Amino acid sequence: MKFLFDSDTWQEIYGSIRKNKIRTAITIIGVLWGIFLLVVLLGAARGMENGFNKLFGNFATNSVFVWTQATDTPFKGFQEGRRFSLTMHDIEVLKSEYSDEIKLLAPRNQTSNLIVKDFKSGNFQVSGDYPVLDQIQKKQLLYGRFLNENDILSTAKVTVISEDMYKQLFDKGEIPIGQYVKINSINYKVIGVYKPSNTINFDGDCAYIPFTTFRKVYNTANKVDWMMITANEGTNIEQMESDILLTLKGLHKVHPEDERAFGSVNLGKEIGKVTGFITGMQFLTWFVGIATLIAGVFAIGNILLITVKERTKEIGIRRALGATPKSIRQQIILESVFLTTTAGMLGIIFGSLILFLIDSAASSNEDIPLINPTVNIPIILIAFATLIFLGTLIGLIPAHMATVVKPIEALREE
Amino acid sequence: MIKIEGLHKSYPIGKDSLHVLKGIDLHIKEGEFVSIMGSSGSGKSTLLNIVGLLDVHDEGTYHLNGQLIKNMNEKKAAILRNKFLGFIFQSFNLISYKTAVENVALPLYYKGMARKERLQIALDYLEKVGLKDWANHLPNELSGGQKQRVAIARALVTKPKVVLADEPTGALDSTTTDSVMDLLKDINDEGMTVFVITHEEEVAEQTKRVVRLKDGLIISDEITAVGKAKAV
Ligand SMILES: Nc1ncnc2c1ncn2[C@@H]1O[C@H](COP(=O)(O)OP(=O)(O)OP(=O)(O)O)[C@@H](O)[C@H]1O
Ligand SMILES: [Mg+2]
Repeated sequence: MKFLFDSDTWQEIYGSIRKNKIRTAITIIGVLWGIFLLVVLLGAARGMENGFNKLFGNFATNSVFVWTQATDTPFKGFQEGRRFSLTMHDIEVLKSEYSDEIKLLAPRNQTSNLIVKDFKSGNFQVSGDYPVLDQIQKKQLLYGRFLNENDILSTAKVTVISEDMYKQLFDKGEIPIGQYVKINSINYKVIGVYKPSNTINFDGDCAYIPFTTFRKVYNTANKVDWMMITANEGTNIEQMESDILLTLKGLHKVHPEDERAFGSVNLGKEIGKVTGFITGMQFLTWFVGIATLIAGVFAIGNILLITVKERTKEIGIRRALGATPKSIRQQIILESVFLTTTAGMLGIIFGSLILFLIDSAASSNEDIPLINPTVNIPIILIAFATLIFLGTLIGLIPAHMATVVKPIEALREE
Repeated sequence: MIKIEGLHKSYPIGKDSLHVLKGIDLHIKEGEFVSIMGSSGSGKSTLLNIVGLLDVHDEGTYHLNGQLIKNMNEKKAAILRNKFLGFIFQSFNLISYKTAVENVALPLYYKGMARKERLQIALDYLEKVGLKDWANHLPNELSGGQKQRVAIARALVTKPKVVLADEPTGALDSTTTDSVMDLLKDINDEGMTVFVITHEEEVAEQTKRVVRLKDGLIISDEITAVGKAKAV
């Protein structure tokens, strides 16, 4: 190991690297490219994963949404194409039958209305909701609060409006809380302003009012437009989804095989598809990255082999002057390791630079779905170590070749 | 110093083999100045390479400095070369990307000497061959005679017991040949054994002993006039 710290060793390596500029350049580019690609691909894959995670971020990912459509099979005397609605009774039944599986259940009614404030107005979505909605999809409140149990019980005429509605209906700097807006000619007191999620968003710009108030004002009686359900941990969501649908079919006299009567979305499943895609991409990244790395290392080996041939005479001279096979081997291997290490480090630096650029581009542009494109340092270190290891191994071949021939044969080479 | 008995060497050529040295007996004592002559292909270089441990013989015995050379591994051979032998080649064999002084210092590097020390010694030897001012020039900036003098400095820098030269003047004109021969004579006067291959009678005349080779055998081995004069 002493030779590693010997300035002469490095002087020799510096001399031969400087002399063989093209080879040095090719080698460095080969490995640099491999590591660079690995860093950038892994970082991009990670950034994409982060992006998707954020997309689903404030949503409970174990959610199922259910609504009604029209039947596609005649059943129990009903014709096909029958339309019907979910009811509060369904909600009660589901809550009691699936008390183990269901964590949160939000029945919802929605319509759209003109909303007026003094002389300003706009058409917006109006949603009758329970406070539980805030737990399924966290609302980011700019002012005030979300609906609470009291509002429900007292069928209060209160509303939580979106940031855009606030901007459209209120003067700049005006405090919205406690003010009144007219929805469908009825006065509602504003109790909160929220910022709609810029990721998954089912409601758009929506004025939330208590579910009970909605029922009374719009006369929806027992009717429920649709519901959001989240499952308890450990529940098989797909199983729960199909069980719930079956129960609902029973309640509404729908044929158990009817595919159209109920619409449902299992968010977990959808996310699974996306994460599956990301996993696949990461796998591909690894595959491409490692293949490139190996190719790079082989390029080094190949080039070393060529140079050893080119330098056979020089090696012969050195041996005539008393270089032992070990010292020749050490020099060639050290050259190889030095080149791979340098190239690898440059690759990491350039790769990180590109990731940094991507990151700053992505954060200033909402359309690029990349967040924090980073790479695991241990992963890169492992890749780096592998590279150096392979570099050494591959350097051994030409090093060995250089020492097995008799010195005179090396010297005779022109 | 060098003791060779019944030495044979063949080169395999395809299935056949070419019998180059067919039983050489040669004894060179310390401090001798020997030249080998002979027609092209007579085996001169082959003999010198075996003596220089750059190649191995097939049959017979070879003692270098009293040590039997047989089945020697490359590491030991390298150390012996570094310690006992200095080489001078017809084509100089300098390393092209190293300066004159670095070339001369290289054997000392393999000896394990510190850089500063060996560069100083190398410079001393360059001075000895009259090339001190050329120390930092690359070989391609030097003339043939200068290159050969650098090579001689390199062969001497480890103070070897034997200097082996394969046609050291083969690529030089008569003036530079004389300066190279003067150097070899000086070396020999300092007590080193010098063993030189040559085609030129004038060169051989300046050595003390001439061995003539023909078809792999020694046909004559005589002391020259110079040798006789010195012996007196
Ligand atoms: N590596 C080799 N493989 C096969 N044959 C060889 C090899 N080296 C030398 N020979 C043959 O051995 C014979 C002696 O070669 P050698 O180089 O010893 O001759 P030489 O006396 O030095 O000649 P020259 O004066 O031309 O240098 C030649 O016929 C040559 O072709
Ligand atoms: Mg020859």
